[in-house]
Amino acid sequence: MSEKKIATRDSYGAALVECAELDNEIVVLDADLAAATKTGMFKKAHPERFIDCGIAECNMMGVAAGLAASGKKVFASTFAMFAAGRAFEIVRNSIGYPHLPVKICATHAGISVGEDGASHQCCEDIALMRVIPGMTVINPSDDVETKAAIRALVDFDGPAYVRLGRLAVPVINDNESYHFEIGKGVLLKDGTDVTILATGLMVAPALEAAKTLETQGISARVINIHTIKPLDGEIIRKAAEETGLLVTVEEHNVIGGFGSAVSEFCSENCPVRVVKIGVNDTFGQSGPAAELLKVYGLTAENIADTVKQAVSSKK
Amino acid sequence: MDQKLEKELRILACNARMGIINEVHSAKSGHPGGSLSCVDTLTYLYHCVMRHNPKDPKWADRDRFVLSKGHCAPALYAVLANEGYFEKESLLTLRHVGSVLQGHPEMKKTPGIDMSTGSLGQGISAACGMAMAAKLSGKDTRVFAMMGDGEIEEGMAWEAFMFASHYKLNHLTVVIDYNGLQIDGRLSEVCSPEPIPQKLEAFGFNTIVINGHDFNEIEAAFENAKTSDKPTAIIQKTIKGKGVSFMEDNVSWHGSAPNDEQYEVAMNELKAALAELEGQA
Repeated sequence: MSEKKIATRDSYGAALVECAELDNEIVVLDADLAAATKTGMFKKAHPERFIDCGIAECNMMGVAAGLAASGKKVFASTFAMFAAGRAFEIVRNSIGYPHLPVKICATHAGISVGEDGASHQCCEDIALMRVIPGMTVINPSDDVETKAAIRALVDFDGPAYVRLGRLAVPVINDNESYHFEIGKGVLLKDGTDVTILATGLMVAPALEAAKTLETQGISARVINIHTIKPLDGEIIRKAAEETGLLVTVEEHNVIGGFGSAVSEFCSENCPVRVVKIGVNDTFGQSGPAAELLKVYGLTAENIADTVKQAVSSKK
Repeated sequence: MDQKLEKELRILACNARMGIINEVHSAKSGHPGGSLSCVDTLTYLYHCVMRHNPKDPKWADRDRFVLSKGHCAPALYAVLANEGYFEKESLLTLRHVGSVLQGHPEMKKTPGIDMSTGSLGQGISAACGMAMAAKLSGKDTRVFAMMGDGEIEEGMAWEAFMFASHYKLNHLTVVIDYNGLQIDGRLSEVCSPEPIPQKLEAFGFNTIVINGHDFNEIEAAFENAKTSDKPTAIIQKTIKGKGVSFMEDNVSWHGSAPNDEQYEVAMNELKAALAELEGQA
């Protein structure tokens, strides 16, 4: 892990510019948030292929569908609240149902939005998007993974939702062995007592928690699940069988999100205790992101404490 | 319009009307009223205006059509069958399990359907996206969308109108089927979107008001749209249920199918109309 911190929205903007230089069919849409979602970087590099839809997210998703139906490679961005929330039914009916290859890249997901408060802190988007048949849901953990995901999605033949953050976060995948594949989890640290399954911005604190636990005699495996749908059942089943306890960590409501997806898989395929760390069915509030993450228990300290407790109650 | 062509179109439209009645009768459900009101224009569009090829439905350079008022799929299916996209017999499978003819259009199942629609207010946005794609690629593709008058009560429709106007999508033509009725009653009684032409004009459209059952007026409107430097809105005054006497301007036929007895009456009326058309010199 390097010392530098980069927000995944910045990585997204940079990846769009890079990919568009190689592919003339890429078109990017935004809804008056180009400066915040970082599609502004693409707009600057390729203004002729940038379409600002104004503050009209529903229409933007419909336009995205029409462009994709005409063969364009479409990336559509706004905040998670509006992409998954406001425009849900258009995403479901105009993109999901005809299985059009629109890549919805939503930034400002989760409570780490910070000061804007609960109205803009979307902790429901994973739940909303993963329930749409055929929708791929990706939640990258850092700069390297975001760029890899965007590159992989350019020619991906189907709809996808990518969850991106506002907050600058540590770069954790900057090593030569890192390999990104849609639908494949990444083993970051081996362990035998418990497995921490983390997604998105929670992967870095999960790794940190595992290091703390190591000093306390607890061997925690850490797996980064960047693709929430389709879920990597193989790596989860192996973890369940080999460590006998799973702890999921997400910056999302514990209802319907990543932890729920893991629980659904395990209850049918490899029954095991799944402890879920996330936003506990509550709305967020205003405040600096780092402080909010503490308030809602989304820190390395709380992950370590929760894992420790779960391990001690393990038979 | 050439009289021979007009006769041909009226015969095609009458056949499509019989197709619509056959479809909804077979399905025991569906939306005959709005299908019958928009079918003349759909017939003209596919027969005289659009560049398309029934033998190659996915031809990349075809013009596009989006039935934004997706519940009127029976009209579109009947016209597509007339044009040879599939056998007329398959119209009788509408809404049956496993059929390629879904209750609302599905682009991945049905040859000739350019966009999946059904949830009102969405198709027009997809049509804007198609028009934008053509513009970005420098193609002369034309894009057509058919909307309901009640449909424009959806706020998203106005987002799309704003977009079409801002991006000067002059190769986009939106037809608004102004039959004056929606499920709960007359537009003016439910939650009126009127005055429709003035609103479209204010949104920057080249706005044309016509009688949507008169092929001469339909032709003139589409010719006018061709040369516009703005997106065009054709507001066509129509009669819901047109062609079947007991369905005309009667809101109860928005979304219900005729029983066997009503089916016979409707088909006999249409057969008589067809015989009269064919008998004309």
